[in-house]
Amino acid sequence: MSRRGDVYGLLAEFGDPEGILEAVRRAREAGYRRMDAFTPFPVEGLAEELGFHRSAVPAVVLAGGLIGAAGGYLLQYWLNVVDYPINVGGRPLHSAPMFIIVTFELTILVAALFAVLGMLALNKLPMPYHPVFNVPDFALASTNRFFLAVEAADPRFDPVRTREFLQGLGAKGVWDVET
Amino acid sequence: MADETIPRVSGEGAAPVLVPGYTLRTVTDKISSIVIARKIPWTWWPGFGLSALALGVLVVSVAALFYWGVGIWGINRPVMWGFAITNFVWWIGIGHAGTLISAFLLLMRQQWRTSINRFAEAMTIFAVICAGLFPLLHLGRPQFFYWLFPYPSVYNVWPQFRSPLVWDVFAVSTYFTVSLLFWYVGLIPDFATLRDRATRRWVKAAYGVLSMGWRGSASHWKRFETAYLLLAGLATPLVISVHTVVSFDFSISLLPGWHSTIFPPYFVAGAIFSGFAMVITLTIPIRAAFKLHDFVTERHLDNMAKLLLTTGLIVAYGYLSETFMAWWGADPYESSMMKDRLQGIYGPVYWVVLACNVGVPQVLWFAGARKNVPLLFVVALLINVGMWAERFVIVVQSLHRDFLPAAWHLYTPTFWDWATLVGSLGLFSTLMFLFVRFLPVISMSEMRALVHQRQGKADA
Repeated sequence: MSRRGDVYGLLAEFGDPEGILEAVRRAREAGYRRMDAFTPFPVEGLAEELGFHRSAVPAVVLAGGLIGAAGGYLLQYWLNVVDYPINVGGRPLHSAPMFIIVTFELTILVAALFAVLGMLALNKLPMPYHPVFNVPDFALASTNRFFLAVEAADPRFDPVRTREFLQGLGAKGVWDVET
Repeated sequence: MADETIPRVSGEGAAPVLVPGYTLRTVTDKISSIVIARKIPWTWWPGFGLSALALGVLVVSVAALFYWGVGIWGINRPVMWGFAITNFVWWIGIGHAGTLISAFLLLMRQQWRTSINRFAEAMTIFAVICAGLFPLLHLGRPQFFYWLFPYPSVYNVWPQFRSPLVWDVFAVSTYFTVSLLFWYVGLIPDFATLRDRATRRWVKAAYGVLSMGWRGSASHWKRFETAYLLLAGLATPLVISVHTVVSFDFSISLLPGWHSTIFPPYFVAGAIFSGFAMVITLTIPIRAAFKLHDFVTERHLDNMAKLLLTTGLIVAYGYLSETFMAWWGADPYESSMMKDRLQGIYGPVYWVVLACNVGVPQVLWFAGARKNVPLLFVVALLINVGMWAERFVIVVQSLHRDFLPAAWHLYTPTFWDWATLVGSLGLFSTLMFLFVRFLPVISMSEMRALVHQRQGKADA
């Protein structure tokens, strides 16, 4: 259990995307693992530097698309052939070409819903509170500053030495982050 | 950092996509100040007032429709579709350019999309809302619209899945949902910026809730970008399918003037054509009102004008093909329909269509015309009118004379027809005015990425 006043970690502020990329690289080399970086726009290669390589989003979207396609087609099949068959002018009950449109639309619909909800769920959003919001300067993370957070839970974390290390990376400022 | 080798996009000799000199901070300041610092020009108020008034007209028209029924419109056998379906096809077509800009141009990595995609997407959503209204209103008993969905009911009968009208329900509702999702996902990082910049407590809270606690974590951005790209990949075939399905409403029937295989591509091109005309119609005043000339440059207008010309030519080909097939097919009903279209009672409307959609866009061959903002605005307005008239011709002129002369009947719009059309314009512009007031009209996070990409200057 964490109490207010406990230390979540340290937050270092950088002025440009190159700075944060370099800082993450050096911190990884120094053995830090429990880190996260916060940027005002997607910085290419930053997630990879942090050890995040494969996002599960494409698989989730594929699953959504398949569910939508199968669901859409089977829905029409079941309604027209099984549940309430109506003979309209002798046309086949199972008229596959006519079922394509609704199947297609539902494929897109479910895949898109999975894409958005999957992305949010994998990111653990919505999350109204996060310790980094306690640092006043963090408000700039959505404008023009780049932040590196090193968690106190990291085995190499030391309040004094980690702070010195981060300052040595050229940080504009280093703050304690309360939980 | 100043001289780096950024891959230059094509057409660098033309006006830039973003006027140089902006930094991450200034670009964010400029866009967010419209919302946060309430730097709304005074013209917003009369504009909003007028729109709200027109929205009031819609409310009254819909109330009248619920009270008296569809008899207040000019529709009667055989013209049962009238203004309602004309407006539906027109509005939904307008939405298509927004999706094309946001999804298709993203997949094509067109940088000029960045500063116009947000309000083009807003336009899509509002246009689809207006469009969705009309098929429901013309149902006769609009309060039972939910019968269109396959839900288990005591009647036991299900919707007819072989009917294009049911396909429409799925296509339009999917289109609306996906457009809304796409728009909202793009807005999440911008909501976070507004949350961080808002000074008043409840404003901060409101944007905070909308941002879902976005904090710009590297892995979040990674998933965000993947999801956004996949949404674009899903939205692109979707947008093609929507107007295709709308065209099936017509072409699956046997009516001369409707029963044609050219309809799906011709409708999709027409949709994009009218949509780009509407984007230009909206871009020019928004850019002037908020002084966004540095972000929405001549380059954007030039590119959109070129797309207008291209899609206009496809539409012209559609007209040509229809006329040619009427003659070549040697079907007496087809050819008499075409004769009536050119010379009959609705003939003048068709000539307006040809003038606005085929004649007027030809000025866009000239670079001078594409750079002339007032002229471009007039061209776009005329195309909007022309495309509405095209839908009117397709719906009304084709219907009013079918196979049996005994069944022929003229359609004349009534006061309520016009009032509902004006009202839907009011709904659209009211939503647009609220949008520019409360949401960032340009994507701030994408503009920051663009600043970084193009200038290599991260901070100042």
